[in-house]
Amino acid sequence: MDDLYRDYILDHYRRPHNFGVLDGPTASYEGSNPLCGDRITMMLGIDDGVVREVAFTGRGCAISQASASLLTDEIKGKTVAEVEKMTPDDVLDLLGVEISPARLKCALLSLDTVAHALADDARKQAQAEGQTPG
Amino acid sequence: MSDTATKGVHGTVPAVSRAGRLDAHRLRSDFPILTTTNSHGQPLVYLDSAATSLKPLAVIEAVNRYNREYSSNIHRGIYEMAEQATAVYEAARASTARLINAPEASEIIFVRNATEAINLVGHSWGRGHIGRGDSIVLTEMEHHANLVPWQLLVQEKDGDLEFVPITDDGLLRLDVYEVLLHLRPKLVAFTHVSNMLGTINPVRQMTEMAHAAGALVLIDGAQAVPHVPVDVQEIGADFYVFSGHKMLAPTGSGALWARRELLEAMPPFLAGGDMIREVHLRRAEWNEIPWKFEAGTPDIAAQMGMGAAAEYLMAIGMDAVRDHEQDLAGYALEVLPREIPGIVLYGPAADRRGGVVAFNVPGVHPHDVAQILDRTGICIRAGHHCTMPLHERFDIAASVRASFNVYTVREEIDALAAGLREVVRIFGR
Repeated sequence: MDDLYRDYILDHYRRPHNFGVLDGPTASYEGSNPLCGDRITMMLGIDDGVVREVAFTGRGCAISQASASLLTDEIKGKTVAEVEKMTPDDVLDLLGVEISPARLKCALLSLDTVAHALADDARKQAQAEGQTPG
Repeated sequence: MSDTATKGVHGTVPAVSRAGRLDAHRLRSDFPILTTTNSHGQPLVYLDSAATSLKPLAVIEAVNRYNREYSSNIHRGIYEMAEQATAVYEAARASTARLINAPEASEIIFVRNATEAINLVGHSWGRGHIGRGDSIVLTEMEHHANLVPWQLLVQEKDGDLEFVPITDDGLLRLDVYEVLLHLRPKLVAFTHVSNMLGTINPVRQMTEMAHAAGALVLIDGAQAVPHVPVDVQEIGADFYVFSGHKMLAPTGSGALWARRELLEAMPPFLAGGDMIREVHLRRAEWNEIPWKFEAGTPDIAAQMGMGAAAEYLMAIGMDAVRDHEQDLAGYALEVLPREIPGIVLYGPAADRRGGVVAFNVPGVHPHDVAQILDRTGICIRAGHHCTMPLHERFDIAASVRASFNVYTVREEIDALAAGLREVVRIFGR
């Protein structure tokens, strides 16, 4: 009956890990799911190709917020290349509960937002390199 | 009215009204889908009728009859089957006209839905009448369908939009409306019944006020025609739009009603077959209304279903439908706060409200509420219900919405209350 709303999902929803604002993130992005009003801002501190720090803020359903909490735990300390390789299935595995098709967008908003933040970071770096003389 | 079913052009139409009361328990047997169960074997508790309604057998049969017995194009063939299809299609138009007391069936334009009807008016009437600096008055409670088409129009024509605000109870601020009318808008467009708050707006009074200020009036009746008696002549509106699929008819059916002289003066919206009188290589002459606005082969079966739905609703009687749904709304407004302490309800009291109750359970996102309710067979809407500005007005991203129809019974509201207690239990543990 409450397959989806297991205690650890609700724990992550009520007391999300890595919830807060990062001071001077190297990459950040605000993702949203306009259909239900889920919102997540991902902030990453990338140093030497490794995600050293990560934090998020946002509001939304239990699934989207628990997913962000679990994902931020997972990517901390991983290299950017490793994070970029993460797939939707990896996030669903982290959640460990069956997600119905209508809720996939909620479950995957966190990964989508991280991917956008990384792309944003890559773009900034490319720009910075382009501006460097020589 | 007798208890026996009557056989009309649209097939079996049950006479369900006894002493003016609607017997929803009895009427439920007309809806085959209500006998189905979900994958957990639970019966269907359908509380999402404002999104789309269930379909009675009379409507399903009307659609099937077209496909099985006279599946030919309309207004073209000269063989018997094509003539039969044309006759049933036009009879559906006449039934639809009677449902809203339109003076003439030819003032009913069949369209896919209310959205298409509003876009038709925006393009065909709006482009010729809205110019630089002209304003259109809307309200804060409009469905996106009665907002975005006007945004596009005033962007193109350099016009302005003004909005009638609402009170915290979800009623339109008529005092502000009166002030906005001093701007001499060309058009006022508002919903008859709010799809989130359920508010039944004083459309006749608002139409009189608009006319006194020299504006034309478009009314979005998508949530009204299925639920309250609608008389477009008594209201005095200029344009009235509604969808078939919210009034027990199939998706793909809908109607625009407008006064004959407006329709005759308006240029076509879509162009193609059936909307012309004669075509030459470099020019064409338009057909008469309503066909001038019905280019190409329409959704014939769906519109026939809409005719059957109109007959079905008229057989029940729209006063009885309204009484039934007011009773349900009142019951929900009484039961939900008692069973779910802290629940936040939106919208006015039951006497000013259609069969719609939107709410939030504190600390639980609407999607989570809907997901848990789904496990008990309850179908309910969670989200912004295509009214994002209205949700912004209440400073919320989303809400849960229960909405009723002729087949809804009080026991389903009890089931909703029980489901919500389970939501509170899961999130409170």
